[in-house]
Amino acid sequence: MKKKILAMTAAAAVAASAGASDKIVIDGSTTVGPIAKAFAEYYMAANPDVNITVSESGSGNGAKAMMNANCEIAIMSRPMKQTEFKAAAEKGIQPVAHVVALDGLPLLVHPSNPVQDLTVEQVRKIYLGEISNWKEVGGPDKAIVTISRDTNSGTYETFAKLIMNKEKIGGKCEYVGSNGAIRQRVQSTPAAIGYAGLGFVDKTVKALKINGIYPSTETVQTGEYPVARPLFMYTDGYPRLGSPLYQFVTIHLTEDGQEMVEEIGFVPVTAY
Amino acid sequence: MSKTANMNLIMSDAASRRQRISILLGQSFLFLITSLSTFAVFFIFYFILKDAIPFFKLEGFREFFTSTHWYPSGSPAEFGALPIFIGTGLVTLGAVVVAVPLGISAAVCLSDLLPFKVRQIVKPLIEVLAAIPSVAYGFFALVVFAPLLQNHGGVILSTGIWLVLGPILALLVIVIGDLITEKLREKIPNPKTAGAIIFPVLGILALIFLYRISTNLLGIEISSGTNALNVSIILGIMALPTVVSVSEDALQAAGRELREGSYALGATRAETIIKTIIPASVSGILAAVILGVMRAIGETMVVWMASGNASRIPEPWYNVLQPIRTLTATIAGDMGEADHVTGSSRFHVLFAMAFCLLAFSFIMNLVSEIIVKRSRRKLGK
Repeated sequence: MKKKILAMTAAAAVAASAGASDKIVIDGSTTVGPIAKAFAEYYMAANPDVNITVSESGSGNGAKAMMNANCEIAIMSRPMKQTEFKAAAEKGIQPVAHVVALDGLPLLVHPSNPVQDLTVEQVRKIYLGEISNWKEVGGPDKAIVTISRDTNSGTYETFAKLIMNKEKIGGKCEYVGSNGAIRQRVQSTPAAIGYAGLGFVDKTVKALKINGIYPSTETVQTGEYPVARPLFMYTDGYPRLGSPLYQFVTIHLTEDGQEMVEEIGFVPVTAY
Repeated sequence: MSKTANMNLIMSDAASRRQRISILLGQSFLFLITSLSTFAVFFIFYFILKDAIPFFKLEGFREFFTSTHWYPSGSPAEFGALPIFIGTGLVTLGAVVVAVPLGISAAVCLSDLLPFKVRQIVKPLIEVLAAIPSVAYGFFALVVFAPLLQNHGGVILSTGIWLVLGPILALLVIVIGDLITEKLREKIPNPKTAGAIIFPVLGILALIFLYRISTNLLGIEISSGTNALNVSIILGIMALPTVVSVSEDALQAAGRELREGSYALGATRAETIIKTIIPASVSGILAAVILGVMRAIGETMVVWMASGNASRIPEPWYNVLQPIRTLTATIAGDMGEADHVTGSSRFHVLFAMAFCLLAFSFIMNLVSEIIVKRSRRKLGK
C-alpha cells in the first residue's frame, strides 16, 4: 500500500517536471509577436507535448519579464540596453540575443493622401512639429495628425534613433500602445501619419517612400531603405542543444522558418 | 417542581452563555477582517509613498507641477506633468457634464415618474452598464466612436448640444418665467396674460440661442477622433450606473411622508419633485456625483486607448477636441519601460502620479462621507 502511494507520487513528480520543462513562455514586443506566434503554432503542431504561450506587452516589458525570470524568451524589437543587461546580470540571468528577422520601419498614411515620398529630414520635422500641414510637403491643406508608439516600445526607440536623431517629438503627437493601433488610427484618420513594422503594412494603409526608396522586403534586404533594424529573441544563456527552447530559437534558420518570416512581412536574416 | 425549574434555569444559562460566546467570536472575527482591510489601505499608502518620495527628492516639486515638457525617456529627461494634470481634469469635467444631468434626470424618472414595475426592470438594466469591461468601452471608443467623430463631428456636436443644453434651457425658461410672473403679480392687474406672453418669448429666445450654437458647431471639423471629447462621453456613460443608482437610492430615501405631505399641500408632481424631493436628497445626489467622478478619474483602459495620449495643454485649455493625456494612462503606458532596478526618476515619477491620484480620491471620499453624514442628520435618520 505504502509502496503504491510512493510510486504514484513519484510518477506525478516526474510528470510535473516534464510538464514544467516543456512549457515555453514568450513575452515582449508587439512587432515580433506575429513571428513568435507563427513559430509557436508551427512548433506545437510538430511537438504537441510542448506548450508555448506568447504575450505581447512591449519590448521593455519583455526585458523586464526576462530579468524577473517570468519568461523563457523575451522578444524585442530593439537591442537590450546596458541598464537592462546590468539588471539581468545582477539577478543571475545572462540574456543571449538571437536575431530572428530584419524589419523596415515604414511611414504609414491614409490611402487617400496624395503624398508619396518624404525625406528622413521631412519626417523628422513633421514629428518635431515644425511641419504641421500636409500642404508643406505637397499634400492637401490639412493639419497633420502625428501618431507615435508609446515610449514603452522598441519600435519607438528605433524611430527615435533612426529618424529623430534623439531629438524630442513635439507635444502634439498622439501615442498609442501597439502596432495594430497605429494601423487602426491611420486607417480611420485621413490626415494621420504613423509608423509600424513592415509586417503591418496592408491595403488599408499606404506606406511612403523615404528618400525615394519604397519600404519592401527587397530594399530592407539590400540595406537601401534607410529605416531598418533587426528583431530579437533573447534567452537566458545559450539554450542546451536539442532542447525544445533550442529548437524554437533556431526555427528562423530553417527553410520553413524563413518562409514564415517572409509570409508575415518581415525579412529573413539568412537573406541579408 | 422547584428542581425542574432550577434545571431549566441552568439550561437556559448554559444556552445563553454559548450564544454569548458565539456572538463574541463572530464579532472578533469581523473585527479582524475589518482591521485587515484598514491595514490594506495603509499599506497601499505606505508603498506608493515610499516610491513617490524619491522622485521629489531627485527632481523637486517645481518641474513636476509647473513645467509642460513631458519627456521621461529623453536625455536629459524632463518630467513636467502639468499638461497631464490638466488633461485629467478636463476629461473628468467632461465626464461630469455628460453623466450628471443625464444620471440625475434618469434617477428622478426611475424614482418618481415611472411605474414601480418599469423601475424594477430598468434599474438592473442600467446597472449592467457597469458590468461591461472597460477594455470593451475603450475598443468601442477607438474603433467606432473616433472615426465617427472625425467624419461626422459637426453633426454629432450640433445634435449633442440640443440633447445636453435643451433640458437645461427648458428648466431655465420655467424658473426665470416663474420669477418674472411672480414679480409682476403685484403690479399688473392681469398676471395670467402676462405669463402667456412671457413664457413663449423666453422659449423662443432659448430656441434661437440653441439654434445659433448648433449651426456654429455644424461647421467644426475634427482632425483627430481620439480626443478629450471622445473619452469624456465614454467615461460619462461608464459613470452613469453609479450616478443613477446612488442618486435614485437617495431620492427614494427622501421618504413617502415627504411626498404625501407635499401633495397634501396642493403641489403638483413637478413642484413636489423640484421643490421638495430633490432638495431633501441633495446631499445623497452629491455623493452620487462624487462617486461618479471617482469612477471617471480612475479609469485607465479607455483613456489609454482613446485619448490620444498627447502630453500638451489643449489650445485654449478647455478645447475638448484635442488629444490629451491623463495620469492613469501615463502610469499604464510608461510602467513597462521604467525599470525599477536602477532606481531612476522615470520609475519614481509614476509613483508620484499614483500618489496624486490616491490623495485626490482619498479627499473626495472624505468629502462625500461628510456630505452623506450631514444629510443623515438633516433627515433625522
